Amino acid sequence: MKHLLSTADLTKAQAIELLDIAEDMAEVRTREVKKLPTLRGRTVVNLFFEDSTRTRTSFEAAAKRLSADVINFSAKGSSVSKGESLKDTAQTLEAIGADLVVVRHSASGAPQVLAQSGWIHSGVVNAGDGTHEHPTQALLDAFTIRRRIHGSSSRGADLQGLTVLIVGDIVHSRVARSNLWLLTTLGAHVTFAAPATLVPLAIDRWPVDVVHDFDEALAVKPDVVMMLRIQTERMRNAFFPTEREYARLWGLDQDRYRGLKPEALIMHPGPMNRGLEISSEAADSAQATVLEQVANGVSVRMAVLYALSALPDADILGRPE
Amino acid sequence: MTSYLIREATIGAGDRADIHVSGGVIAEVGVGLSANGATVIDADGLVALPGLVDLHTHLRQPGYEASETVLSGSQAAAAGGFTAVHAMANTFPVADSAGVVDEIYHLGRSAGYVEVRPVGAVTAGLEGTRLAELGAMARSEAAVRVFSDDGKCVSDPLIMRRALEYVRGFDGVIAQHAQDPRLTEGAQANEGAVASELGLTGWPSVAEEAIIARDILLAEHVGSRLHICHLSTAGSVELVRWAKKRGIRVTAEATPHHLLLTDENLRSYDARFKVNPPLRTSEDVQAVREGVADGTIDIIATDHAPHPIESKDCEWAAAAFGMVGLESALSVVQESLVNTGMIDWDDVARILSVTPASIGRVAGQGHSLATGAPGNITLIDPAAASVFTTDRLAGKSGNSPYIGLTLPGRVEWTFFRGRATVSSGTLVPVDEVAA
Amino acid sequence: MDAVLMQAADIDRALTRIAFEIIEGNKGPEGLVLLGIPTRGTPLAARIAAKISAASGGVPVFAGSLDITMYRDDIARNPLRVTRPTDVPSTGIDGTTVVLVDDVLFSGRSIRAALDALSDVGRPTAVRLAVLVDRGHREFPIRADYVGKNIPSARQERVSVDLAEVDGTDRVVIG
Ligand SMILES: [Zn+2]
Repeated sequence: MKHLLSTADLTKAQAIELLDIAEDMAEVRTREVKKLPTLRGRTVVNLFFEDSTRTRTSFEAAAKRLSADVINFSAKGSSVSKGESLKDTAQTLEAIGADLVVVRHSASGAPQVLAQSGWIHSGVVNAGDGTHEHPTQALLDAFTIRRRIHGSSSRGADLQGLTVLIVGDIVHSRVARSNLWLLTTLGAHVTFAAPATLVPLAIDRWPVDVVHDFDEALAVKPDVVMMLRIQTERMRNAFFPTEREYARLWGLDQDRYRGLKPEALIMHPGPMNRGLEISSEAADSAQATVLEQVANGVSVRMAVLYALSALPDADILGRPE
Repeated sequence: MTSYLIREATIGAGDRADIHVSGGVIAEVGVGLSANGATVIDADGLVALPGLVDLHTHLRQPGYEASETVLSGSQAAAAGGFTAVHAMANTFPVADSAGVVDEIYHLGRSAGYVEVRPVGAVTAGLEGTRLAELGAMARSEAAVRVFSDDGKCVSDPLIMRRALEYVRGFDGVIAQHAQDPRLTEGAQANEGAVASELGLTGWPSVAEEAIIARDILLAEHVGSRLHICHLSTAGSVELVRWAKKRGIRVTAEATPHHLLLTDENLRSYDARFKVNPPLRTSEDVQAVREGVADGTIDIIATDHAPHPIESKDCEWAAAAFGMVGLESALSVVQESLVNTGMIDWDDVARILSVTPASIGRVAGQGHSLATGAPGNITLIDPAAASVFTTDRLAGKSGNSPYIGLTLPGRVEWTFFRGRATVSSGTLVPVDEVAA
Repeated sequence: MDAVLMQAADIDRALTRIAFEIIEGNKGPEGLVLLGIPTRGTPLAARIAAKISAASGGVPVFAGSLDITMYRDDIARNPLRVTRPTDVPSTGIDGTTVVLVDDVLFSGRSIRAALDALSDVGRPTAVRLAVLVDRGHREFPIRADYVGKNIPSARQERVSVDLAEVDGTDRVVIG
């Protein structure tokens, strides 16, 4: 694996491997010495064309815990806004000598373009591209689910038989896409619940059920309910009528929260709109994993940075020396 | 002026004959003609077509000379076997006045490779709000007959209705770029399975079809000629088929790329595949091919749209729409329609020369190869197949989606008014053409 | 041709001897922590710990593991190695005598990495090294305190240890 661009590229074995490595990275966090020497002398560049303090900080922490040198490169404005172009920026990074580039971009496919371009030779990690994918978010979600379900026997486990309900703005969500591919690969069954305006068209070949009624989707008592952030500016293009209607039909309010089975997980990639897609009661409950997701993000990203630093063409190690 | 004897050419889908070109016209067509001092071309195995006519070319001059000029675009056209092109109006300044269209017309004449027919804008500045001086452009030296806001849709139904009515007075035609602007805000790719997966904002078929349906009904209502640019969906083919059955005066074009490429090509996010209208599904491609074969779609037009490297060497959303197509058009038509058995070489002559000349009212083009016709001839070698490379591109820009594909056919000779513009597969230098 | 150099009984005898030598060197079982280097060092550590405990009247001896994956110096030159759990006493290793256990001692790079890994976990009083096989060709100034069997080998030869817990059978093969 040289790049991580899409969770659709991961086999089940690779995904489990990454999650297993992340387990060990999580363990390191509990030690007094939280730093590993693994990537000493390597340079990881966080190339962010789109502001995201959360994701950038998480990648930065991950790289630093592995002793890598970190360069944060916020490229304000891509060629879309007639600022510096992706190509010029990439070539600058190549000149600096980046070993891994973590890229966040508002344009779908920008990390793939970067990886294929020949402008740079380093590995590329997709840290969220437009409305396409956000693979490390999906990995941290899968990791969080696996830990909650399997606890200390998580290593090696998949998510076979688990039912996951993803709710809200699917069409604009890179989190939903990456989670669908990954969770399905790991054996879970995913359902999307959203108004028809917020579901992408022609997805009948996707491995997902689509339901246009939140309560109907909750009636089957899913193991995991993942709420997506809704952006209120979507109202302007008539994706939904009003915030009030959205909250009433698609929010995880008190009643819906109380109707969940007690062990059901409540997830949210953050930042949350409390009172809109999620009630405070649900968000602050013991079933909610929001803060765990943040913490697990660092472990998962350590695993990804480490995995991409090994020889790119080989997947799995045979017998050690 | 040199005279030529083209020996043993296959005339379209028909018989072999010799063609004697002299004095800018076809002096004689027959069997066993004698050379009489003419340069003899051995055309054994070559197909002779009337010089190709493109109804939809972006020459970029004035204003965007870094991408293409009238001269370089004319050279690309000649290399592709064309003897006439219609230069779209979305230049800077916009070709919305007699002055600008005449300038383009004269640039075309001095380039000398092809007949450059300026297209006039429908609305002033392509802004869609008030009519451009259509009558003045029609009466100018350029004698404009095709009007289009191409690149933009004439979306206001009242403006469209008036434009259709107004150009009837001088036998003009409105060439509509059918794209509902509201339904395609921020659109990046054909709305469907691929765009959904790639996270690209969808460009629905209905955004094209709704405008076509409306304009067909407007054309029927006012009795005017309507031409549909670059039709790309199965639904659009159905609408045009229905209109023709009703006797409405509508003609339609499809581009080579909508005959061959699909949205599956987008999976690489390679911006060379970004085009307006977007590449559609394989079902749409099949419907468009069938539409050409059964005559629903009248012509193939290239929508040759040159762009500088930096407009394509970037992320998908930032990239410009469009691809160059003059040099590859004939090969793509052969690959998708002739070699699939859907049409023959007479049909190619019809859809790439005779009918586009007729829609554009271009008097000296699109004549069948007979004694006395203008000396506009294209000789192609249909048996040649090669990997399409940038060497085949004769214009300024390299944004071809076919680079690296193996395509059949090669233009060996192009004659424009009796002069060779392509000779033995090589573009004739500008000083010899202009001489 | 592969040749079997140790059978199950040979391995068991070697581990028993190592267990007694550790007791002797440590003057009893007190304060001992045995950490195996995954994959095959881990079951070896458990076996030796059990033998020490049995020989000392049932005194419990901690056997765990120390993963060195993230401490290797050859990450970019090799396929991805998956990490293994590190398992140390919940009270830590400070003040203990840690015996690192590995199957084969070769270049010494693994042990170099293990010493780095250990120093991030805590500060033992002493660190010892026990290996089932020492095949020579050291690239670091490292030697084992307890060796099951010295096997002279050519550098390009492959010495591999199979253990019942991992491979279903006990044997040492050269080939
Ligand atoms: Zn157009």
